[in-house]
Amino acid sequence: MRRIYLDHAATTPARPEVVKAMSPYFADSFGNPSSVHSYGQQARTALEEARAKVAELIGARSEEIVFTSGGTEADNYALKGVAYANQQRGNHIITTSVEHHAVLEVCKFLERGGFTVTYLPVDRYGLVDPGDVKKALTARTVLVSVIHGSNEVGTIEPVEEIGGIARAAGAYFHTDAVQTVGHIPVNVDRLKVDLLSISAHKLYGPKGIGALYIRKGTRLVPFVHGGAQEGGRRAGTENVPAIVGLGKAAELAGQEMSKEAERLVRLRDKLINGLVERIDNIGLNGHPTRRLPNNVNVNIDFVEGESMLLNLDLEGICASTGSACSSASLEPSHVLLALGLPPEQAHCSLRLSLGRENTDADIERVLQVLPGIVAKLRAVSPLAKTKNRGGENA
Amino acid sequence: MPDVWSQYGEKVLDHFKNPRNVGEMENPDGVGRVGSPVCGDVMELYIKVKDDIIVDAKFKTFGCAAAISSSSMLTEMVKGKSIQEALKISNKAVVEALGGLPPAKIHCSVMAEEAVKAAIEDYFKKSGKQEGTEIGPAP
Repeated sequence: MRRIYLDHAATTPARPEVVKAMSPYFADSFGNPSSVHSYGQQARTALEEARAKVAELIGARSEEIVFTSGGTEADNYALKGVAYANQQRGNHIITTSVEHHAVLEVCKFLERGGFTVTYLPVDRYGLVDPGDVKKALTARTVLVSVIHGSNEVGTIEPVEEIGGIARAAGAYFHTDAVQTVGHIPVNVDRLKVDLLSISAHKLYGPKGIGALYIRKGTRLVPFVHGGAQEGGRRAGTENVPAIVGLGKAAELAGQEMSKEAERLVRLRDKLINGLVERIDNIGLNGHPTRRLPNNVNVNIDFVEGESMLLNLDLEGICASTGSACSSASLEPSHVLLALGLPPEQAHCSLRLSLGRENTDADIERVLQVLPGIVAKLRAVSPLAKTKNRGGENA
Repeated sequence: MPDVWSQYGEKVLDHFKNPRNVGEMENPDGVGRVGSPVCGDVMELYIKVKDDIIVDAKFKTFGCAAAISSSSMLTEMVKGKSIQEALKISNKAVVEALGGLPPAKIHCSVMAEEAVKAAIEDYFKKSGKQEGTEIGPAP
């Protein structure tokens, strides 16, 4: 059975070109970029070439890119770095209720350390109201952090507008662009961001590497103390093979993004429309048009997400859910709850995130298989008899 | 290649793929409903009792694979048992019958134990037999 991978929001396979670009830097060109000899300089050159490619993809300058171990570290660095460096100015941070845990948990950590955090609500589509940002800003606000594209429901936030508002108020602005960089156009000047997080493995690069864009002049404390690597901001010998992989992935994404996004939007909408046609009592989570090209997230009444997931897995289809059925956490996704979904509906969510290797045939296979799985699980579900939505979800 | 099912035994997979005794029952002698949609788990167990023996059992469950398998297995376990025997079914017995559950899914077997106790309590109530016997707290 051919496996159909529809979980690209979780991670993507490294492209063969990326793996090929990385491979010389493990054993042949293995030098430490800080070394003066030719091995070191070879690695240094590769490092700086990769930095330039990442910078180019987002319209930044090379010296504004700091490599990190991934998106989570980039988010941690942006928030803690700015918070600690600007404590004299203020201790207030504004973020949203739909951030990735890599932002939310850092905010909670900072709150325990005496910072004040405002968590802005979103509308039913997951959109933040820029007016709310304006209202929340105070003289003590040092940082605003708003996710660019939601990893869960795919909604693309009005980051550009919020960036303008933050800048006018003299607060730094960070966006977690892990789901958007390499997928839709991202330009740091147009988005008016001071800090922007990137992860390689979401754009067909390797895991364990990412980057933080830091606009020149932004005050933040170093993240890792030690040697002088990354301009003293993130000490430790650079992960050269992974950085080269990120550079290659960024280069390829830049070349292919517009065509690929167009293709994915078509497949995405074919999948959404097909599911709505074939399954009753189904609703789309997230915004219908301000949406990542690869994100499909639906709630299907009366059927728990994980049971759908495992049935799909039996059919060779890999997806994801916002329902966490484990003793450790019975809480469904905080993002779905922030959209106003009642918990019982949030437990019924299914995320299918598309990618490069997916074809029309894959979408047709899902459309062929999923309605049967839903019917089977509804026959087992005690909730199916009790309620019925009207036609408002069609 | 190891897959998601490597953490479950064959019996869990079997009961998930082909759940036994699915459905509701006309005029059941006892119904146990435990869990809540808000928590992502609802289990309903219907029993038919004749001469103190559970002669039929059916279930409906909203929940993950382990919850569906646990309820399906539970219906197989209670059928043919006396009320007193059925009251002794523990979550451990359900886990053992399924050949094990991952630690995060043990609560599904606890729900199964609670469901059978709730169904029997309902049976006691409806039939007027042995009301108030020590059958553990209702969920």
